[in-house]
Amino acid sequence: MSDIELKTSGDTPARFALELQGISKSFGTVRANRDIDLQVPSGTIHGIIGENGAGKSTLMNILYGLHRADAGEMRIDGTPCKIRSSADSIALGIGMVHQHFMLVPRFSVLENVMLGSEGGGLLRAGRGATLDTLKRLGETYGMVVDPNALISDLNVGTRQRVEILKALKGGARILILDEPTGVLTPQETEQLFEILKVLRDDGVTILLITHKLDEIMAVTDNVSIMRAGTMVGHRETAQTNAAELAELMVGRKVLLTVEKGPANPTEILLSVDNLGAVSSRGHDVLKDMSFDLRGGEILGIAGVSGNGQTQLLEILTGMRVPDRGQVNILGDKISKTSPKNPRELREMGLAHIPEDRHIHGLVLDFEAQENVVLGYHRDDITGTGALIDRDVINTHCAERMETFDVRPSNPALNAKNFSGGNQQKIVIAREIYSNPRVLIVGQPTRGVDVGAIEFIHKQLIALRDAGCAIVVVSVELEEVLGLSDRIMVMNDGQSVGIVDAADTDVNQLGLMMAGISQEAAE
Amino acid sequence: MSNTPPLPRWADLILLPVINLFVALAICGVIIAVIGENPFQAFGVMIKGAFIYPESLGYTLYYTTNFIFTGLAVATAFHAMMFNIGGEGQAYVGGLGAAFAAFLVGPFAPWFITLPLCILGAAAFGAFWAMVPGYLQAKRGSHIVITTIMFNFLAASLMVWLLAGPMMLQGQQSPQTAIFDTSAHLPKMSEIFAIFGVKIAKSPLNISFLLAIVALGIFYVLIWKTRLGYEIRTVGKNPEAAHYAGINVARTIIIAMAISGAFAGLMATNEVLGVHNRVILNFTAGYGFTGIAVALMGRNHPIGIFLASLLFGVLYQGGAELDFEFKSITREMVLLIQGMIILFSGALAYMFNPPLARFLVRIGLVKGVQDA
Repeated sequence: MSDIELKTSGDTPARFALELQGISKSFGTVRANRDIDLQVPSGTIHGIIGENGAGKSTLMNILYGLHRADAGEMRIDGTPCKIRSSADSIALGIGMVHQHFMLVPRFSVLENVMLGSEGGGLLRAGRGATLDTLKRLGETYGMVVDPNALISDLNVGTRQRVEILKALKGGARILILDEPTGVLTPQETEQLFEILKVLRDDGVTILLITHKLDEIMAVTDNVSIMRAGTMVGHRETAQTNAAELAELMVGRKVLLTVEKGPANPTEILLSVDNLGAVSSRGHDVLKDMSFDLRGGEILGIAGVSGNGQTQLLEILTGMRVPDRGQVNILGDKISKTSPKNPRELREMGLAHIPEDRHIHGLVLDFEAQENVVLGYHRDDITGTGALIDRDVINTHCAERMETFDVRPSNPALNAKNFSGGNQQKIVIAREIYSNPRVLIVGQPTRGVDVGAIEFIHKQLIALRDAGCAIVVVSVELEEVLGLSDRIMVMNDGQSVGIVDAADTDVNQLGLMMAGISQEAAE
Repeated sequence: MSNTPPLPRWADLILLPVINLFVALAICGVIIAVIGENPFQAFGVMIKGAFIYPESLGYTLYYTTNFIFTGLAVATAFHAMMFNIGGEGQAYVGGLGAAFAAFLVGPFAPWFITLPLCILGAAAFGAFWAMVPGYLQAKRGSHIVITTIMFNFLAASLMVWLLAGPMMLQGQQSPQTAIFDTSAHLPKMSEIFAIFGVKIAKSPLNISFLLAIVALGIFYVLIWKTRLGYEIRTVGKNPEAAHYAGINVARTIIIAMAISGAFAGLMATNEVLGVHNRVILNFTAGYGFTGIAVALMGRNHPIGIFLASLLFGVLYQGGAELDFEFKSITREMVLLIQGMIILFSGALAYMFNPPLARFLVRIGLVKGVQDA
């Protein structure tokens, strides 16, 4: 069913490393994959792109033997095969690098790579063989890693390399990478892509799963697009463009940029002064953080995740008590000696869209209407009487679902049964409806599909134009660039610098994210 | 991920427990047949023993009362995701609270002052006995299962010491208190009915049964209609989200445990104020533990808890009748039947979930696979 001839690797005759035909898979009532056809020419980088929940990961898990397809056929190098477990797929030469690394942090690189091929009761033989393999792979692909280093001491990019080595050690000829760049800086992403290209030129077939269009354009030879559990198209990368892919993914035309007018900053609503936080293990996770934020302004915070953004958000929203310094917010003060809890801050006019809606933003087992009052359940929104008035809540919820286009618009449906984008809309509806003067946003569009991203961005801009002071933390650089008026880059718990969004670009931000000062990065 | 389609609510709440019950009964039936009795006859005796014979219904409902209170205790804590194993100890100490009020106030005050104070005393002492483990869990991270179990032992030791020592009735040898003044006696149902000229068989069933029904209502309103209940459920389902929402998680856990303990403590109103009119050794007799099965089977919902309590009431009363009527069916055999039902409706409660769900889809009662 391929729409066009796919690009194959150079002079070898068109041969497919992997062919899928009519793959279907259901989880309960959800059909995650429907009649999927896919042909991957050997020795190419093949992108699989689609929104969250489009079924990409399910398809890859079927391929890797973690799930079993309900129907369909699979051929590897032209040979039909049945994959019942990951052991089968490894034997067939399939390796997978998961989105969340499967490494033992307290083991060394060597011990991690050895896992699964220890070679008998004593480790000696397996260790020697693995060392040789590591050395050979390192030389062939330019992936040199110290075999004795502890995983916990390595940075994320290197850990990922260990994952790739682990997959290649087993002799993988087909390598699946599931959202590999989510945790990398732009520079690390570049390096990863270089490695992938070397691997491809050596004949390894690579499946790259992602929802980032620019990565597809940068590194793949062919791309297959998934939407709502089906394969909606196959393209040769050189013959397509980001706009077309986005349209295929979403099913309609989307704006890839954020449209906004100039900001009209008013008085300072939030000012952070020498803020510091110490982790439970005694490490400094936030150091000497200072900035001001005015009403009608969006401050973006960029940085590789895990560089203190989470702690900063927690302090700003009252979920964590600062260890040093203070926050002046809406004329009040937060410090170690005078902390404020999230409820007090909400009453003052602060709203908080948390980084992780599943952990903080929603109670997944609650109905949508119960979630719409979370944090505001002591207010009149739950009725004015001694008891909760479900009718009042229901009316509120239905109204918000209508305004924010939450689908399905059923207030009695449990939060877990909404898609990621709609869950996020429920959270955003709740927080924006409280009419905040300061809004703290973590990852506004993580795991949200392209169509909903556009909507969420518009809501945030509208709130800014209404005079709200907004802090947006996001790992998506494009998003930070598009939304923000000013951008602060964080590295190792510190601010590397604050730049005007209009005067910067991905390159400069990327270097700053790696800790290189603003001046040096220019 | 499992391949099980979701079970509709009605099937989860009604069909599944009924299936579990019947499987348990079927296995018991086989065992009874193996030891040489007719299982149908045996179950017939059980039903008659629980409902038909004179006074039997009274006894059944008297047991039911205990199970309602201890089941509510487990369910309240469970909504905050706390596993309160300490209902036994909390009920025991609740009896102490009732006794204190009875001895301190009873001799001087009329029943309409004494009884409310006794009931309050039972609830307050039970609440305190659950609050301490709640505090230790919330503030110190001591696991609630461990601490509540330990508090059962503490309660048992404390009560032995009190009943065999300071509180023992002078001049006799059995570990129990003196009988309360009549102002601290909860009236029997048979006495109440007699006032209206209706004669029913005498049984231990007393006014506390109505108190238990009221408690079911209070539980429902508390959990689903109050802001406190909302906070308890939020803490139970997602403590991180509760923290985000500005709910004081530790305080909510302590409050939920206190309410849980209060329900358990109220069990003493039945045994201490309604039946024995004094505190005797081991009056809790394992009702606190059975409350765990009641809450599990009743899905932590008041209607379910009532039905499960009734079932266990039937098992206790009908089981005693079995023991009485059949030579080969001993007290231990009756325990086995109860154990089977606890096993199937408690520990294995969801064993039949996947096949039932698939069956419902196959016969078209439930919509199966739909588009993602």
